[in-house]
Parts: sequence; structure tokens; C-alpha cells
Amino acid sequence: MSAITLEHVEKKPLSFALPVVGAAGGFAGLFVGTAQGSGILGVAAGAGIIALMGFLCLGILGKEMERVARWGIVVLMAVAGFLLGALPGLVVGALFGWFFGWFIYWIGEGRYRAKLVPYLTPGQVLWHFTFRVICGMIFFFLITPIVVVMPLSFNAENFFTFTPEMLRFDPEGYSLKHYRDFFTNADWQQALWNSVSIAPVATLLSVSFGTLAAIGLSSEHVPFRRAIMAILISPMIVPLIISAAGMYFFYSRLGLQGTYWGVVLAHAALGIPFVIITVTATLVGFDRSLTRAAANMGANPVTTFFRVQMPLILPGVISGGLFAFITSFDEVVVVLFVGSAGQKTLPWQMFTGLREQISPTILAVATILVAISICLLTTVELLRRRSERLRGMSPG
Amino acid sequence: MSKLNSTGQQTADAPTPEDAFHEAAALEGKGGNGGPVLSADGTPLKRSLNRALRMQKMRALMLIAPLLIFVLVTFIAPIADMLFRSVENQIVGTTLPRTVESVSDWDAEAEEAPGEAVFEQLYYDMFLAAEAKEHTKLGTRLNYEQTGIASLFRSSGRDMDDLGEDYIDALEDLDEAWEDEAFWYALMTGGEDAAGNTDLLNTQRKRLSNLTSDNFKGDIGFVPGAEISQLLPNTARAYTVFALFTVIADEDVVSEEEPWEAVKIALVQDLKAGADVAAYEGPGAAELRAARDMLSDMPEIAFKPAFLEIDEDWGANETWRAIKIFSPPFTSGYFLNAVDMAKTLDGVEARPENQQIYIMLFKRTLFMSLVITGSCILLGYPVAWILSNLPMRTANLLMILVLLPFWTSLLVRTSAWKVMLQSQGVINDVMVWLGLVGDGDRLVMINNQFGTIVAMTHILLPFMILPMYSVMQTIPPSYLRAAKSLGATNWTAFWRVYFPQSVPGIGAGSILVFILSIGYYITPEIVGGTTGTFISNRIAYHISSSLNWGLAAALGSILLAVVLILYWAYDKIVGIDNVKLG
Repeated sequence: MSAITLEHVEKKPLSFALPVVGAAGGFAGLFVGTAQGSGILGVAAGAGIIALMGFLCLGILGKEMERVARWGIVVLMAVAGFLLGALPGLVVGALFGWFFGWFIYWIGEGRYRAKLVPYLTPGQVLWHFTFRVICGMIFFFLITPIVVVMPLSFNAENFFTFTPEMLRFDPEGYSLKHYRDFFTNADWQQALWNSVSIAPVATLLSVSFGTLAAIGLSSEHVPFRRAIMAILISPMIVPLIISAAGMYFFYSRLGLQGTYWGVVLAHAALGIPFVIITVTATLVGFDRSLTRAAANMGANPVTTFFRVQMPLILPGVISGGLFAFITSFDEVVVVLFVGSAGQKTLPWQMFTGLREQISPTILAVATILVAISICLLTTVELLRRRSERLRGMSPG
Repeated sequence: MSKLNSTGQQTADAPTPEDAFHEAAALEGKGGNGGPVLSADGTPLKRSLNRALRMQKMRALMLIAPLLIFVLVTFIAPIADMLFRSVENQIVGTTLPRTVESVSDWDAEAEEAPGEAVFEQLYYDMFLAAEAKEHTKLGTRLNYEQTGIASLFRSSGRDMDDLGEDYIDALEDLDEAWEDEAFWYALMTGGEDAAGNTDLLNTQRKRLSNLTSDNFKGDIGFVPGAEISQLLPNTARAYTVFALFTVIADEDVVSEEEPWEAVKIALVQDLKAGADVAAYEGPGAAELRAARDMLSDMPEIAFKPAFLEIDEDWGANETWRAIKIFSPPFTSGYFLNAVDMAKTLDGVEARPENQQIYIMLFKRTLFMSLVITGSCILLGYPVAWILSNLPMRTANLLMILVLLPFWTSLLVRTSAWKVMLQSQGVINDVMVWLGLVGDGDRLVMINNQFGTIVAMTHILLPFMILPMYSVMQTIPPSYLRAAKSLGATNWTAFWRVYFPQSVPGIGAGSILVFILSIGYYITPEIVGGTTGTFISNRIAYHISSSLNWGLAAALGSILLAVVLILYWAYDKIVGIDNVKLG
């Protein structure tokens, strides 16, 4: 698509541009209007104001004065917003102003056609952008909940919601007290310690068993390969509540219920499918003649494994390990049943916190966990690229 | 590779023993240049290659074995245990073995509760169960089938000591010896050097270990005398149980403890039944004869009226029907319960309308999982489409927005939705601020089905987008352009050319999301309230609160069956090996 150089950017007549920007203004005005009491008045005023601005910009000031005109709209809208809704109003107003300044010129100068193939009909152009707006809204839906918890975790009050002080950007409304609570409260620290002491051991177990088995599974002649694979993947497929129930019944028979090792074994079992999947996927691209070459030159199987095979499949092993780690670190259903109060992990503490005492400390923990998951995501992504580079594929 | 290996399975990279094996077979089939081909050490090539192949298989299995054993022990065994628990029902048989045996003759259709003989056995069983504190467990178990039995068992267990008091008092008034531990011990062992009845001891050991699930092994310093256990069978049995329990559970010495009331009642019953004490010459013979003469003047012990006096529910034949129906060691009762049915004498019946909840919960779970899967398809398809059609750099950036929720802790996302949806939450605040709703009538979006569906759609959406994306990436964009250049409209080109090729992605994503959502527990528990909960919440409730483990296991088994069918379908459509992550 990028090879197409034909462009179709041309100035649009005011009879097209003004109704479009007016309609957009009316839509925005609806919200301002309802916030101020009258929706219909808002629509009319919004449509009128934006259409007027459009006329000023496109008809009178023109393309040469674009920069000035757009800044003017930002300032005007910010001031109007401040008058209507104080400081939050100012921010929203400025954002509206920035958007409409851009939108007026984007429509009026026909810039929306710039990246499209020239033969599209107006209907197709409209659909193209509607589709993008829909996708944008879905991305917004995906990411908003995670973003919203972050500012809330700096709340100075013990509320789960934005206080008026926070909305006024008053420094009084913000504090680090929930973070302080997390780092000083014995319950949370114990939970953190439990999580940190359970997850790595479980990961170690599933990675060491899992990698060996993945190497075995990827050799060509494995009897009952499908059945074995189905058994090894099953902890991922069986609903957690069923695994938890079964483990609770069975581990209490063995006396493992409520012990550290019970939780570790359960979490290791849950992490195994992830290790198997990632490591077998890495081994698909592994050139088997390398091990034969090593053997040919006199290396024994152990040396071959550690000096030849392991360095090549290491990215897959590490990302499988990260999956296993996050599975254990994040897991709450199984530990809820298999563990006892002595194995209370971070997610468990959050779960009880959400059910019983609602405290924004949970949000502080959530923010820290999001930061950790961003780090893990970056690591996995880098490893994936490295692994693909090693295998001679272009990283995608 | 060699030209001859057309018979064997082709492998991608390098020759393997199997290729060579097929080559050798092909060579031999042709007759070769006379005689089999030999390898370097002189064995026929075919056999030596065969051995190499077997070695390779063994090595692969050896590598897999540790993990396979690990998963079998830590994961598959628990699942099997759960399946076992869903039909297991040994508690009635182990707690009331003698009652169960004697009640089997009772006609359950009868208006009357069972007769005196059954109540006598019930007395011995209940007395022991109350001593071992196991009767309440059985009461709880039977209460699932017939309400009220739990309190019946609990209160009866307390009163077991008082039953037949008059007889015990009369016995002890007659001779102080009946209160003397050492006398009882001598009587029951039959004196020193008497022949012992180890069979009785062993059967009672087994009975007790079944009852308490403790191990009743070890020397207890007591063996019932062979002669006395023939003469006074009930007494000997009751005393043996008492002795075992005293030594192993209470850690006391038998000869220093006065026997339980049940032992004395058993003696009364034995003597009333006409035990031939006249011919008996062992220790305590005189006391036994005196006791028999005294007892012959007293009426029979009335067990049934005594039980009815403790609680008149013992006379209700519903109670006895429950005991009789649920006496076999395995039962379909839990499964029937899990589908709102009940086991009765006439077979299987539906429960009363007001007690039917599980079918409704299963339906709700399926319905909500379908809605969640549907909304994931609706939201995921455009995103997957745009990700696979944008330039690589932009797509990778946008991919972060999909992967970040995927990697974020489930609890974080659930708490985020709690923050968003609650009545003082972000969405309501924004809507009030915009004037869309009044401050007084904020929308109720949490603790109902809506909350569960929204939060779970968000949580499971990445699981839909990722498989769809990996399928759509493989569809060449030129197909769409070709369709359009042949005159298709946008819609036709999409619907007839693009969509059919993306169906495998939709299928993979849908099954994955459906499997995940059908067993979800945490999110419905936190944002679901009462109307937005799933069957898994009920399972958790039965495990941790109502302690009806059998029912929890039965519900879990049904859910597991549904998931396994879907898993099988997933394997057929996508293949387990093709699951990709990240």
C-alpha cells in the first residue's frame, strides 16, 4: 500500500467543511450542555461556535495563519472551560481546543485523504475512519481500567474514587500514604514475602522438568506423543476452580494441604504447560544436526546439552520460565484452597482486601504490579526477537 | 537424503535411524546383492538400526518421564480423587455398619419405622460413633438428603450414655464388681493363659480404622478370651472395641478403665438372650450367674422407645429411608443433587421447585460464557483486523495495548473494574459530571450480571485477539484487492473472501475464551454479587463454607466434562501443539 504515491489532498468547499465540523461541535456541545443543565442548548451552541471557528479559520485566516489560529482556539477553549468548570474544565477545554483546531484544518484542507488510495468513494472514506474510531474505542476499553488505577493509588483519602481535591490538581489531594502502608504493614509484607518465596521455587521446578520433557517431546520418535502432550497441557485447560478443588481434597489426604510445599507443587503443576509450549515452540527451529555435529566431535550428551543446545534454546526457556513465574505470582484460586493463612500470597491478600476491607493500598499494590508486568512484557518481547534473530527470521 | 527413503516418513532436517531403517528394509526387499546387509560390527543392518531406533525412543521417554510422573502425581491424581469423591459414600457404612446390615431387611415402603432389633444395633453403632465423635459427620452427610438429620444425630449422640441407665444401676447395685475395671478385664480375657480370639480383635481394629480413618494397629495389651466371646458375643465385641479405643485413641491402659455403658448394656442383652452361663467356669462365673438371675426378673430393654424419647424423628420413616437409600458405599446421590434431582425409593425425582438452583446456575454459567465469548468476538475482530493490516511498526506499538492487560495481574484488572463500575466509581462520576445521569440515580453496574460480563470481557479479550491475529496475519491482503478488482463490493469482498479465511482464528479464540470463562471464579466472586455468579462460585462455597465436598466434587466433575469436550474440540480444530503465547 505504501508504494502508492498518488495523493488526493485538496481544499474542500466550505459548504462541506462547515457542516461536518459543526456536527462534531454539536456532539461535543451535547456533553458540555448536559453538564451545564440543557442538552439542546449545548448542541446548538457547540455547533454554532465550532462552525463559526471553522469559517474563521478556513474562510478568512486560511492555511497561512494555521499555527496562530490553532493556538487561538486552544486558548479560547481553555478559558471557556475554566469559566465553566475551574481547573479540570481548563484541561478538558484545552484538549477540546487542540482537537478542534486540528480537526477543522484536517477536514477543511482535505488532509484526511492523504494516506488513502485515491479511488475510494466518500462512503468508503467515512467507513475507513469510523472503523478506526471503533478500534480506538476498543483499545481505550482495553487500557483505561489499568491506567485509571494508577492516579487513584496516590489518593490522600481512603476512597476508591477521585476526590474533588484530586480533580482540582490540589497537591493536598495526593499522597504516597498507600505506598507507605504497603511497605510498612506487616500483613502486606508477609504476603509479599510469601509470593516471592513461592513463585521462584515453583518456577524452578516447572522449568527444569518442563525443559527436559520438551526436549524429549520434540525428538521424532515419541510413542503416545498426543496423549502425553494432552496430559502435560491439561493444567492449563482444566478450570482453576476444579484443579483447586481436586488438589484441596487430594493434598489434605497426603497432609500437604496448608503447607509451603503443597502450594509450591500445585503452582509448579500449573506453570508446566507454559514451559512446555514455549520451549517446544523454540525447539521447532532448532537444527538437530548441531547436536550430531557435537557428538561427532566427541562431546558427551551432557556437554552437548549445556554447551550447544541450551544456549540456543535459552530465550524460549527463559520466556517459558517467566510465564510460569507470572502464573504462580498471579495465582489466587489454588493457593486459596491449598494454602493456609501461613501461605497468604499477594493476590490472596488483594482478594480478601477487595472482598472485605476496601483500602486503596490495593491500588498501590496494583500499580506496582502493573510496573512489574511492564518489565516482564518488555523482557519477553526482547527475548522473542532475539530468538527469532538467532533462528534467522526477521523479528516482527 | 537418499533416493530410497520413499517408504519412510520424511523428516525435515537430517537423516535419522528411521530413514536408514526404511532404506535397509527397501534394500532387503529387493534382494540386495545376496544376503542381508551387515553393519560394521557384523550384525544385520536392519537389526542394528532397529536397536538404535528403540534406544532413541527410550531416551525420549526417559526425558519425559520425570515431568509426566510429576504431573500425574500433583495434578492428575487430585482430579481423579475429586471424581472419586463425587460418588464416594462410605461414611454411612463405616459409621453405622451393624445398623445398615440389619436395616436391609426393613421394608422401606412400610408406614412403620424399623423394629427393636434395628434400634439395638443403632445403639451400639451410635454409642461408638459418639465416643469417636464421628456421629456429627454422618449427621451432616445425611442432612444433605433429609433436612433435620444433623440435629437428630447431634442430640442423640449426647444422650447415648443415659440409655438403659436402670439396668446398669441394677447391675452395679447387685455387685460392686461390675464397676471394677480389673474384674471386667479378667472376665473378658478369660484369665491368664486362656485361648484368645484374635479374629474378633482384628475385625474390630478394621471397623475402628474405617470409622475414624486413623490407624488402629499395635499391641493393646488385651485379647478377648475365646470362651467368653462365644458365651457373650455382644459383650466381647463391645469390650474389644472399648479396649482398642481406650488404648490407641485415648492412650490409657485397658485394665485400669471402667468399660463404657454400651459394654454393660451388651452384657444385659447377652444374658437376657439366654447365654449359657451355667456351664461357664472361667473368671467371674459367679457374678454372671447372679446377674442373670437378677435380670430375669426385669423386662427387656426397650431400645426403640428410648430412641423415640430422645427424639421422635427416630420414629419417622423418612429418617430411616435416608439411611437405607444412602447406605451403599457408592452413590449417584451427589450427581443427582447437582442436577436438582433427588434419590428416593421409587427412583429418581426432581427436587421441589424452590430447591432447584444448580440447573439454573449451569444455564446461567453457559449463557454468560456465551455472551462473554460473543462480545469478545465483536470487540476482538476489528482489533485483530487492524493489527494485521497496519504497517508492522504501528501494529507492534498497538500490540502493547493488547499485551499489557494480558500480562497484568488478574486481581489488578478486577480491582480496576471495581473502581470503574461501583456507584461512586469512575464511570458513574464521569456520567454525573457530564449530566447524563442524576447524582441521585447513579447506574448500578456492579454486583450483577452486567458487571461480570464487562469485567470478564475485558479480562479475556486478549485471549481472543491473539489467536485471531495470528490467523489473520497469514491472509494475504492481495486477496481482498483481487476480489475488489473483480468487481466485488467492500462487503462482498470481506464476507466472501476475507471472513471465511479468518474463521479458524475465530474458532480458536472462541473455544479458548469459552473454556476460560466457564470456570472463572475470582472475577464473578468480586464483581458478580448474587446474580452474576457462576457455578464455580457455588463449588467454592460447598468446599469452604457448607463443607458438602461430595456435591462440590460432583458439580466440578460435570463442569470438567463440559470443559474436556470443548478441549477435545479445540484439539481437533486447532491442535494442542499449535497453542501460541504472546
